[in-house]
Amino acid sequence: MSIWEYANPKKFLDWTAPVMRWSFVLAALTLGTGLIWGFFFTPEADKFGSTVKIIYVHVPSAFLAINAWIMMLVTSLIWLVRRHHVSALAAKAAAPVGMVMTLIALFTGAVWGQPMWGTWWEWDPRLTSFLILFLFYLGYQALWAAIEDPDTAADLTSVLCIVGSVFAVLSRYAVLFWNQGLHQGASLSMDKEEHVADVYYQPLLLAMAGFVLLFVALVLLRTRTEIRLRRAGALENRARNV
Amino acid sequence: MKALLIRDLRLAVRAGGGFGLGLAFFLIVIVLVPFGVGPETSLLRPIAPGILWVAALLAALLSLDRIFALDHEDGSLGLLATSPLPMEAATLVKAVAHWVTTGLPLTLAAPVLGVLLNLAPAAYGPMLVSLALGTPALSMIGTFGAALTVGIRRGGLLLSLIVLPLYVPTLIFGAEAVRRAADGLDYATPLMMLAAITAGTFALLPFASAAALKMNLR
Repeated sequence: MSIWEYANPKKFLDWTAPVMRWSFVLAALTLGTGLIWGFFFTPEADKFGSTVKIIYVHVPSAFLAINAWIMMLVTSLIWLVRRHHVSALAAKAAAPVGMVMTLIALFTGAVWGQPMWGTWWEWDPRLTSFLILFLFYLGYQALWAAIEDPDTAADLTSVLCIVGSVFAVLSRYAVLFWNQGLHQGASLSMDKEEHVADVYYQPLLLAMAGFVLLFVALVLLRTRTEIRLRRAGALENRARNV
Repeated sequence: MKALLIRDLRLAVRAGGGFGLGLAFFLIVIVLVPFGVGPETSLLRPIAPGILWVAALLAALLSLDRIFALDHEDGSLGLLATSPLPMEAATLVKAVAHWVTTGLPLTLAAPVLGVLLNLAPAAYGPMLVSLALGTPALSMIGTFGAALTVGIRRGGLLLSLIVLPLYVPTLIFGAEAVRRAADGLDYATPLMMLAAITAGTFALLPFASAAALKMNLR
């Protein structure tokens, strides 16, 4: 009995069904309370007015945009090392979700930046590296779509994911070197001193949890769909060869 | 390794190899820029370093799909894979051959084109150095992209989508070095970072490229 047993497609479908259902329910609950609390029951910040409330969408989506890529990196490595198909499919499933999170973060950032910084877009290190991350997501998905053989596609996209991670980090430091930014530092960290004020912090945590749960649910849903698609494809092949 | 290098260089130089095409493309892009932004030299001078680097990058991109595509079509890539030469070494040689046929001529031609863009006089030397240091990285990263997409029909567009984001750090440091030199600032740091990127890509990417090639040939 080892943890890898859960990577068996049949078992994976079995145990993820309740997990996915509960993630959706909990995501709806936490996101609902977090966002409603944040949007309607927190005071307006003295310098930012009501625009401060965009933080409840911006920070969680940015957090997930990066962590979705890291999750893809981990599942890609698992695929390359242990050849669990579910792992490769999970990476494939996470890519569009991560890409949408990147877009949400960029969009909410632009909407917030317009009244606050006076510009929709600034070539700031954080903004630029997010744009590059978005391009990485695009290339990754395009490579998946372009290759017919599923195993080769999984292999090659895994390699791209690993190399891309290195270059994404590199780009992050390169743009930092190039331009000192407009974007503020971290709003959340382990260091309590750096946090936003408590009134915003508590609903933000709820919204974060909601986004994470939603991400888990969506990735599970997409992975399950991919597994079933793969099965349907195999059945079709068999039917054709008989 | 030497034999492979000489073979690749010969193939590139002979008719249909595309040698010189990248150079001509580089020239045309540079010539088009003043048509686009207007001929004022005061306008061209500050953007010249960036334009030169972006044009060099696009010219290098143009010939990337040739690195493996032709060998894949006629089966010599399979022969290479079964030869005693490890795939890692083969991809390294391919990258070097690509650099000699595109990066090197681009570097040598850049000062002439710098005149067209009214590049600041102090920036010519650093620009040569930065291109000489940076274009090998472009070739190596491009070889990796070509190895990923070799099995795909009409993979050219996909190749650029994959490779261009990977070019970002090289571009930033390369153009930054030239810009600093043009402004009379110290440009050693970006040059060192550029050299580090080139060294890093040549150390690591042959392994990734060889792995990708093996996956494609399986």
